[in-house]
Amino acid sequence: MRDVYVLGVGMIKFGRYPDKDVSELAAQAALLALADAGMAIKDIQLLASGNLLQANAMVGQRILQQIGQTGIPIINVSNACATGSTAFREAYFAVGSGEYDVAMAVGSEQMGKAGLLGGGGSRESVEGILGSGLMPAVFGQAGMEHMRQYGTKMEHFAKISVKNHKHSTRNPLSQYQSEVALEDVMNARMVAYPNTLYMCCPTGDGAAAAIVCSESVLKKYGKRPVKVACSVLTSDPWTPRDLTLPDVSTLTRNAAKTAYEKAGVGPQDLDLVELHDCFATAELLHYENLGLCKDGEAARGIDEGWFEWGGKTPVNVSGGLLSKGHPLGATGVANIFEVVTHLRGQAGARQVENAKVGLAHVIGLGSACTIHILTA
Amino acid sequence: MSQQTAPQPEGKKARPIVPFLRLGDNGEKPHLVAKKCGNCGALYLGSRVACSKCSATGPFNEIRLSDKGTLWVYSIVHQSAPGIPTPYVAAIVDLPEGASVRCTLIDVEPKPEKLPFGMPVEMVTKKVREDKDGNDVIAFFFRPTK
Repeated sequence: MRDVYVLGVGMIKFGRYPDKDVSELAAQAALLALADAGMAIKDIQLLASGNLLQANAMVGQRILQQIGQTGIPIINVSNACATGSTAFREAYFAVGSGEYDVAMAVGSEQMGKAGLLGGGGSRESVEGILGSGLMPAVFGQAGMEHMRQYGTKMEHFAKISVKNHKHSTRNPLSQYQSEVALEDVMNARMVAYPNTLYMCCPTGDGAAAAIVCSESVLKKYGKRPVKVACSVLTSDPWTPRDLTLPDVSTLTRNAAKTAYEKAGVGPQDLDLVELHDCFATAELLHYENLGLCKDGEAARGIDEGWFEWGGKTPVNVSGGLLSKGHPLGATGVANIFEVVTHLRGQAGARQVENAKVGLAHVIGLGSACTIHILTA
Repeated sequence: MSQQTAPQPEGKKARPIVPFLRLGDNGEKPHLVAKKCGNCGALYLGSRVACSKCSATGPFNEIRLSDKGTLWVYSIVHQSAPGIPTPYVAAIVDLPEGASVRCTLIDVEPKPEKLPFGMPVEMVTKKVREDKDGNDVIAFFFRPTK
């Protein structure tokens, strides 16, 4: 494996685009990344397209139909919420293997307002009758495990929502960009205890793209190097309750251990982290899963502001999924966009000062975990 | 006072909502069964091709699970798919044999104060709907042990 660098990134503002085809959204993000790289579509040698809801509908091909049908290999990727990051990983391996010099990953999604609550209520469904297998309850229960083990309170999860909404006021690409007060988070409509409305990521549409290249291409384009220090993917290993209550922690810990070994850094070296806060409860668990604090210390870390912009380890300064949004296939590329933007010093008002090492993490329920560590 | 399956009109059957719920046709109480890996002892609700813990392709022995357990964790669901009444308590119950089961808690107020971790619970069964052939579909629930 040779070194792989990020040459260009692009992202459209997450939001609602009901009148556009998802391939148009993806194409816009691709063109932004190409402009950022100083390249044209003819320079791309492989495309990995991440899209979940239209996984069987050749979104990658439809993107090239929008911006240039160059006949290159296209991999259409789906891996639950880890779709975009798995697409990035495909691009990374394409270049790292030596087979290609430049590859692009584009993550996109158009969700409408349906959300992921569909799936219950059909004739044969057990949803609601035999508990719930849907995300709000699963992540509610996962948060409850932390409450049971360490006495963490609902308020700690709510503070994460406050933090991420506050962060998003400085991110012009975030779906929502307003602050929300702690009382408003606590008193908002309950979705699945302990997560209220503001503690659940919204549905939305969006796209992000990243171009990776070999060192020789990087030198030709004279860009400031951002290296992909590692790309890690895990699935959920057997744990006693995993088949009943999906275990989002073990596979993340496994991925983190491998990632830190491969990248030759530790959690204390991270200048910023973009992690998978699909629900506020998830973010808290991942502070510990990624080793950003010791097990059992997450609540204290929240109370003491360790994970805020300006804190010990800023987490989700983009606004996270909670405020920036979570168009499923786009997210895994969007958090790489965010980390790269900071490593280049281009993050404007939300810039983490002197950022040199960043980590992007995603969990796809079912389950898959990706971790990418990027260095400047 | 556990619920008995209602007697079925001529030609209709009661069937369990999932195959690992046994309705106890021969005068037994309804109960859950698990497949136990003969090699490593891992427990599964539902059939297996092979054990996902140790990869053994068998033997899988069926064991009967206790109808009494404890509450591991829960979430109170207020927003769900159309047709599902809310709020309801989505729970994970631990059974003494080492299995955990995903279920809905009933006969309890859906409030955190009423749902202490480790609360003893017991299984009951109820008809939840009819299938396309008109048979009663029976599901299991757990409720606080009286």
